[in-house]
Amino acid sequence: MSEYVVELKNATKVFPGVIALNHMQLAVKPGEILGLIGENGAGKSTLIKVLTGVYQADEGEIYVNGEKKEFKNPNDSAAAGIACVYQELNIEKLLSVTDNIFINKWIHKGLLLDYNAMHKKAKEVMLSLGQDVDPTKAAGTFGMGIQQMIEIAKAVLIDAKMIIMDEPTSSLGEKEVEQLMKTCRELKSRGIGIVFVSHKLEELFELCDRVTVIRDGEYIDTRPIDQWDNDSLIRAMVGRTVDNQFPKEFGEKGECFLKVEDLTVGGVLDHVSFEAYGGQILGFSGLVGAGRTETARAIFGADPVDGGKIFIKGKEVHIKSPKQAIDAGIALLTEDRKGSGLVLAESIRTNLILSSLSRHSTGWFLDDGKIEESGQGHINTLRIKTPSIYEIVGQLSGGNQQKVVIGKWLNADTEIYIFDEPTRGIDVGAKVEVYNVMNDLVKRGKCVIMISSEMPEILGMSDRVIVMRGGRVMAEVERGSKNFNQEDLMKAAWGGKLDE
Amino acid sequence: MNKKMGGNVQLGTVLALVLMCAFLAFANRNFYSPGNIMGILKQTAFNAFLATGMLLCLITAGIDLSVGANAIFCACLMGSLKEAGMTNGYVLMLAAVLAGALMGFINGTLLTRLHLPHPFVSTLGMKNVLWGAALVVTGNKMINRFPESVQFLGRQTIGTWGGGFPVSFLVIIILYVIMHIFLSRTALGRSIYCAGGNMEATRLSGINTANVLTFCYTMSGIMAALGGILSVGRSGICNGSMATQPYDTDAIAACIIGGASFTGGKGTMVGTMIGALIIAVLRNGFTLLSIDSSVQNIVLGLVIILAVFMDVVRASMEAKRRRLAAAKSL
Repeated sequence: MSEYVVELKNATKVFPGVIALNHMQLAVKPGEILGLIGENGAGKSTLIKVLTGVYQADEGEIYVNGEKKEFKNPNDSAAAGIACVYQELNIEKLLSVTDNIFINKWIHKGLLLDYNAMHKKAKEVMLSLGQDVDPTKAAGTFGMGIQQMIEIAKAVLIDAKMIIMDEPTSSLGEKEVEQLMKTCRELKSRGIGIVFVSHKLEELFELCDRVTVIRDGEYIDTRPIDQWDNDSLIRAMVGRTVDNQFPKEFGEKGECFLKVEDLTVGGVLDHVSFEAYGGQILGFSGLVGAGRTETARAIFGADPVDGGKIFIKGKEVHIKSPKQAIDAGIALLTEDRKGSGLVLAESIRTNLILSSLSRHSTGWFLDDGKIEESGQGHINTLRIKTPSIYEIVGQLSGGNQQKVVIGKWLNADTEIYIFDEPTRGIDVGAKVEVYNVMNDLVKRGKCVIMISSEMPEILGMSDRVIVMRGGRVMAEVERGSKNFNQEDLMKAAWGGKLDE
Repeated sequence: MNKKMGGNVQLGTVLALVLMCAFLAFANRNFYSPGNIMGILKQTAFNAFLATGMLLCLITAGIDLSVGANAIFCACLMGSLKEAGMTNGYVLMLAAVLAGALMGFINGTLLTRLHLPHPFVSTLGMKNVLWGAALVVTGNKMINRFPESVQFLGRQTIGTWGGGFPVSFLVIIILYVIMHIFLSRTALGRSIYCAGGNMEATRLSGINTANVLTFCYTMSGIMAALGGILSVGRSGICNGSMATQPYDTDAIAACIIGGASFTGGKGTMVGTMIGALIIAVLRNGFTLLSIDSSVQNIVLGLVIILAVFMDVVRASMEAKRRRLAAAKSL
């Protein structure tokens, strides 16, 4: 019997023109939580897909409980006891919790389905994961945290020996993350091995027994958690020391560019008021669901508003559509670049000019000269890695896609830039480049609003921070004030009062 | 890379067209007679008008099932106005274009302002409305003896070879060149593709997507009206009962064969032209080979299903290519 529940040895996977995995290895003990980290593009996704049978490795072996296995498809992997909770959940929102859990594993009573038994079992499984929910209700009526638990319940139900969690906390609020960690520990105590993929180091330190680092498709190192620290993990991931994660530069504080008064959206925003100045980055902190994105969308005219006033440079504006917002000098980089930021099937060229078509036209026609020039300029300054501006955006990596969205908004040349989670899901190098774009904007006197769920990013980049909770502004903290620290911002986000 | 792929797909359709022509030339010596070729071009023109509007709607991931009925309605409207004593052909044609545009505008408004879920439903309803309206305005009668100016588009030819080159097809060539430039080189043209590719991203980029969509359906209505005017010239009559003919499916087939997709964001004027030619050659071939019209319907139906199937295969091939490329950039 092997020491490991699942062991991947010497796996190599080659795609046309690229070696995605190069003699990769991964070993998970029963009843342990193994952290798996690497920059974007390190090969995590490919590694997961090889383990779940979505891809077949060109070389290498997989052992489950010491027995050599071959996964021709995801069913083989599932039959061997490997389950994966993907970042993008496979939940049928209109079907009940029970239907979601028992999909393809129905309990029958004669020819019919035995819903009584299934509801009962579903309730039990969810309870064992710490969730007391009504299994007859539609899955979509629950939050992301519970939807994720439904996925985990599926894994538990097939008696998974190992569960891979692919960035499970990226879409969860603080409280849901805590519940998830509790559940992970519970699964661990049942002897299940967990592979926990995360971009958040604190989570790894809190949860994991060991951490494996991979880079550029290669295995780098695995150590027990107490033999890692922040610096050594980052060094292992990037192969170099990141001296300054946040290259903060300061602009000159200008006039009040944006003043929001009592912005209200029924059930979502409750009299949100704040001011944002030129030459500054205003950070928006808070838990997921605090109403930050909704505030941005309401200001931008993307969603209807029920009340409140908006002033731009002292003049009241009535913005009813994104077009009016852009004309008034506001840009919004949305948090979901694939869903609402890019036209994936179109070229970089088209995406870059989408918010500034008239500026790139001469008379009735688009001006190829202008488009080429500005497009090439963005590729150079933003360092978009691509052979040409005619490449299809859907084929770029996440970081490069995000740079295209940023380029689109730089083209709009507005006064106020709202960046909603601008560095989500992109690698460290691309993050720094995004920060530099923001630096550049404030130095040019523009007003930047940055919504971020990463506390270090908020503290590293903001000149001032607004903390929201439950659709309301909880606190406003100036950089350099005594409250400008992680603990106090967190306290405000949880509803605590800050002493002035 | 994508450009090359698109080129290849069109190469395949061109090849299909060439093979069909070669086969028909072999099977029936009349196929390459000048008269027959000009006849095919005349037949193509009507469908090519409808397909132009249909393509715009398909690119936005929509559809306009009312184009055929709209064309016939516009023709019948001209007929009823003529019967009511309007003899100026230009006024009749203006009325037809305005009516067609209005119907298209209503289709667009139902979709964008009243938020009906999918244009499939609203334009299908509109098709029936227009069919009935065409019969009502003509009182269920065929109307003939239209003014010369109305018949010009559908009847006039240039030169004498094979009975002359049809003006209608010349107009189509000019229209397709203009529309090609419009779709590829203007801001509104690109907006149509982007709206079809990702409606929300396009809206949040400051493009009024509701207006873009309404424009496409209005254009579709105008194209249908032009098709209606053409049909009057070609047949010399208008007939409300023609509204149930499968003109809409012919237009959809031309677009899909030419590379458009029901999922939106794709399609070109060049491809649509080839698609329209394929449909016309197919129908012409059936007639030359004296194949029964009911069998024609069966084969054409199968061709449409095949075209949609090709669209699906194309999409999955593209998805695979994108997957590989994405894996590469990991």
